Amino acid sequence: MTTFTNVTFRIRRYDPASQPQPVWEDHTLPYAGGMTVLDGLRTLKETVLPTLAWRSSCRMGVCGSCGMFINGRPRLACNTQVTELGTSLVTVAPLPNFRIIRDLVPDLRPMFDAHAALMPHIIRDDEDEMEEPTNEYWQTPHQLEEFLQFTYCIKCGCCMAACPTFATDPAYSGPMPLGQAHRYNTDSRDGGFGARRAVLGGDRGPWKCHYAGECSQACPKGVDPARAIQLMKRQLVFDYLRLWKQPSPARLAVVPAEVKRRADVPEAPARTI
Amino acid sequence: MRDRTLWTWHVFAGLVILVILGLHMAVMHLDAILGIFNPAGGHPVDWANVVARAQQTFFAVTYVVLLGAALFHGLYGLRTIIFELGIGSGLKTTVSGVLVLGGLAMFAFGAWAAWASHTLARTQ
Repeated sequence: MTTFTNVTFRIRRYDPASQPQPVWEDHTLPYAGGMTVLDGLRTLKETVLPTLAWRSSCRMGVCGSCGMFINGRPRLACNTQVTELGTSLVTVAPLPNFRIIRDLVPDLRPMFDAHAALMPHIIRDDEDEMEEPTNEYWQTPHQLEEFLQFTYCIKCGCCMAACPTFATDPAYSGPMPLGQAHRYNTDSRDGGFGARRAVLGGDRGPWKCHYAGECSQACPKGVDPARAIQLMKRQLVFDYLRLWKQPSPARLAVVPAEVKRRADVPEAPARTI
Repeated sequence: MRDRTLWTWHVFAGLVILVILGLHMAVMHLDAILGIFNPAGGHPVDWANVVARAQQTFFAVTYVVLLGAALFHGLYGLRTIIFELGIGSGLKTTVSGVLVLGGLAMFAFGAWAAWASHTLARTQ
């Protein structure tokens, strides 16, 4: 494994309120075993760069706050060890394709606005049951498998930063919101395809995707939004051609009351509802 | 919904182009095997063969269909490229209008030319 004595962090600093252009600053740190890029940034903030700004929270690749442009690729700073970059020069910039609020903090509002516009939640007619659940909805393991990988998205924005279409066309929703729309369209408990179709069928839909696949390459959680977008295109086109119709949303799981469990069948785990 | 409709027809136009260009390739480059579209023998672009094909309604129709499919496919692609330059909504409307009018004009002229050659060939 590559190890270093020192690591140089080349950080892009920018405060739109006081600087006309971003500037690059180099700072060298002694390397510590297992050092992540986020560790390095924290050390720098505690020692020489008290005004350096970035977002981070969980430090374990779960919250999606610390997406940054590290050595030319969108990555999570907490999930990127310095040694895996293969060089002692670590270049850190904010995620591209977004306005910069300050230093390493991008303005992710366009992404979350597009996300909200595509209604990323279960939509059903039985609102009372949704508000006060009395039972679970039927869903087979196969139905779960249809959308499971898309639930691993942590909304870090790495896919948006890697997308060449979003780079040139801000009207394009981008891989994260589209991937999440597909996640709910594919969920057998959901009945909201018709509502989302009104947005997806227009210029905020998946039609501008060239299938460069960079979003899937960049995703730190191994989600494949490019696949979601292509599947969504097929679903929408088949719907247009009247070759596909969204099935009725899954019903409540009614457990038979009079059934007696066989002795050789283990007891089911406790119900969550 | 308009984008979904346009994209669907863009894909269909691509499939039509694939089939008709496949036919074109077969006629032009596989005549030694097929021969049926070049009844006069010799090279497929010899005048006698061109006239023989132009006399057939089937070919006149494929020319018009290929023209329509290629124009729609190409101009929709051009529109997408221009839109990705990040132009404003007003300019987008103008670009769409120019491409629609230009496409219709080229289709009308090309379809007229294809049908005129068919009509002319039938008098030979």
